[in-house]
Amino acid sequence: MLPLFVIIPLSVAFIISLIGRFYKRTGDILANLASLSLLILSISSLSAHHIGSVSVSVYKVGGWGGFPPLGIYMVLDGLARFMLITLNLVSALVALYSINYMEKYTSKYKFYILFMLMLAGMNGVIITGDMFNLFVFLEIASIASYALVAFGTESEELEASFKYAIMGSVSSSFILLGIGLLYSYTSSLNMADISAVLAEKGYSNIVAFISVLFLMGFGLKAALVPFHAWLPDAHPSAPAPISAMLSGVLIKVLGIYALTRIFFSVIGVGHIVLSLLMFLGALSMIVGVFLAIGQWDFKRLLAYHSISQIGYVILGLSLATPLGILGGLFHLFNHSVFKSLLFLNSGAVVYSTGTRDLQKMSGLKEKMPVTANTSLIASMSIAGIPPFNGFWSKLIIIMACIQANRLGYAFWAVLGSILTLASFMKVQRYAFFGKIKAGLKEVKEVPAMMRLVMVILSIICLVGGVVIIPQFNQVFLKPAVDILLIGKQYANAVLGAIP
Amino acid sequence: MSTYFLCLILFCVGLYCLLRKRNLIKIIIGIAIVEYAVNLFFILVGYRMHGRAPILHREQEVLNMVDPLVQALVLTAIVIGLATTALLIAIAIRIYDKYGTFDITKINKLKG
Repeated sequence: MLPLFVIIPLSVAFIISLIGRFYKRTGDILANLASLSLLILSISSLSAHHIGSVSVSVYKVGGWGGFPPLGIYMVLDGLARFMLITLNLVSALVALYSINYMEKYTSKYKFYILFMLMLAGMNGVIITGDMFNLFVFLEIASIASYALVAFGTESEELEASFKYAIMGSVSSSFILLGIGLLYSYTSSLNMADISAVLAEKGYSNIVAFISVLFLMGFGLKAALVPFHAWLPDAHPSAPAPISAMLSGVLIKVLGIYALTRIFFSVIGVGHIVLSLLMFLGALSMIVGVFLAIGQWDFKRLLAYHSISQIGYVILGLSLATPLGILGGLFHLFNHSVFKSLLFLNSGAVVYSTGTRDLQKMSGLKEKMPVTANTSLIASMSIAGIPPFNGFWSKLIIIMACIQANRLGYAFWAVLGSILTLASFMKVQRYAFFGKIKAGLKEVKEVPAMMRLVMVILSIICLVGGVVIIPQFNQVFLKPAVDILLIGKQYANAVLGAIP
Repeated sequence: MSTYFLCLILFCVGLYCLLRKRNLIKIIIGIAIVEYAVNLFFILVGYRMHGRAPILHREQEVLNMVDPLVQALVLTAIVIGLATTALLIAIAIRIYDKYGTFDITKINKLKG
């Protein structure tokens, strides 16, 4: 069952590229079927899971015999299950939204090919257990996303895509260099095996150098603050469903997931790396939100908020206490839901009015009630207003900061949350409330499919808080937290699970 | 040891090219140099002095051989590099159509 996560999107991409040119609806139907079946697969992997213990299942690619370092392995553990559900939930809804939204572009089937390739790459990054395989899947997802950012082929989009592709290629080179050094030091590419060998050999300067390379490479992919320059250009320039994918899941899968997997499970986190990550997280949190407040472009504002919210996730994870990791992962899930909803809202506004400039829109609530109400829910969610999911995860992160005696970081987290609220009040005030402008009288609400997706996502925002109720937490979040907490014991868990 | 330093210098030349050059095509060449430096590093990792290719034969015993795994990895990395370069060049051509220049200081419709 495990390789299906890569096989389904890859083969669908291939089929669409063969026949999409002749039958107009192929892309719509196949892409939606594929992403829906991936969502069902990822949820069913959860129910097969034993509660309470760290359960890991391993698949040998190509059925080679022997033990690591021989052969390539795919590993499904608690963290991978959690990430698969987050990714496939967002991608299934985004594929549904694209049916109507992508009508205005020519050659829509090419969009679905690239979309499926990106999905295959991200699913691969999550389930792989091999360093070089991780790099290959990472590049598949990245190259598809460079092409998707340039999909409109207007001058701004091309410029943003070029900038993004250059930054992405540099970060991939750093990652590849890190993998090469790691291979030369441990003579293995299997993550669990590397972890075991490193534990045996002990710490040395080369490991510190490898850590720095990975921090730079994956930090660039995750858009942590000193490496964030490409994100505010690239994310707004893509078509809205792709902005939702990029901000919602791509930076998390390629950046945060890979970073935590390598640092927590393979190399092992030391005190220095953790405090560095904590500092970078807090810096992203504050810098991102300050840059966001001044923006008048709807999507650009959302992109700066992605940097800020990624800071929260990194801060929570790098506390490395059970509560902090829980908060970080929970915020990762919540952010992928409400940020993709906000980007889809901005897409709906662009679809109806044709502008992204907040100063040019006003009073859209009258004409587009569904978009306005769902975006109100998402805004309250990202700002951390009580019943919505964003409140619970931010609360957990701040409590974890206080529990770990990091009061300064708790203060910055609260401040960031207040500034987020301020900037989203600005969005609501200018875009949806107030009197409608003369030029916008003819605006219509978006088609039914787009409305449906926005409503589903806003319902998840509303009830997302239930995930921390023990019954759900046991099967969804806690196994993921456990995998990160056992740290380098991951090696034994995986090596023990090999059939 | 000196070969590793030369490899590092090649890497830095590529990074310098990326950071300092203003022409889009020269930036793409910089990316290519960085990728070649990393590929060269991989090959160096697998190299053994006077080693031979690890092809087994019934009558011969291979005592000193180079590591074949890194060579397979480099082949994959080259293919990925090809895809990246092709995409970058395609984007650069489209940018030239829109802006009429390859100079990055004149391609600035997006503000920082």
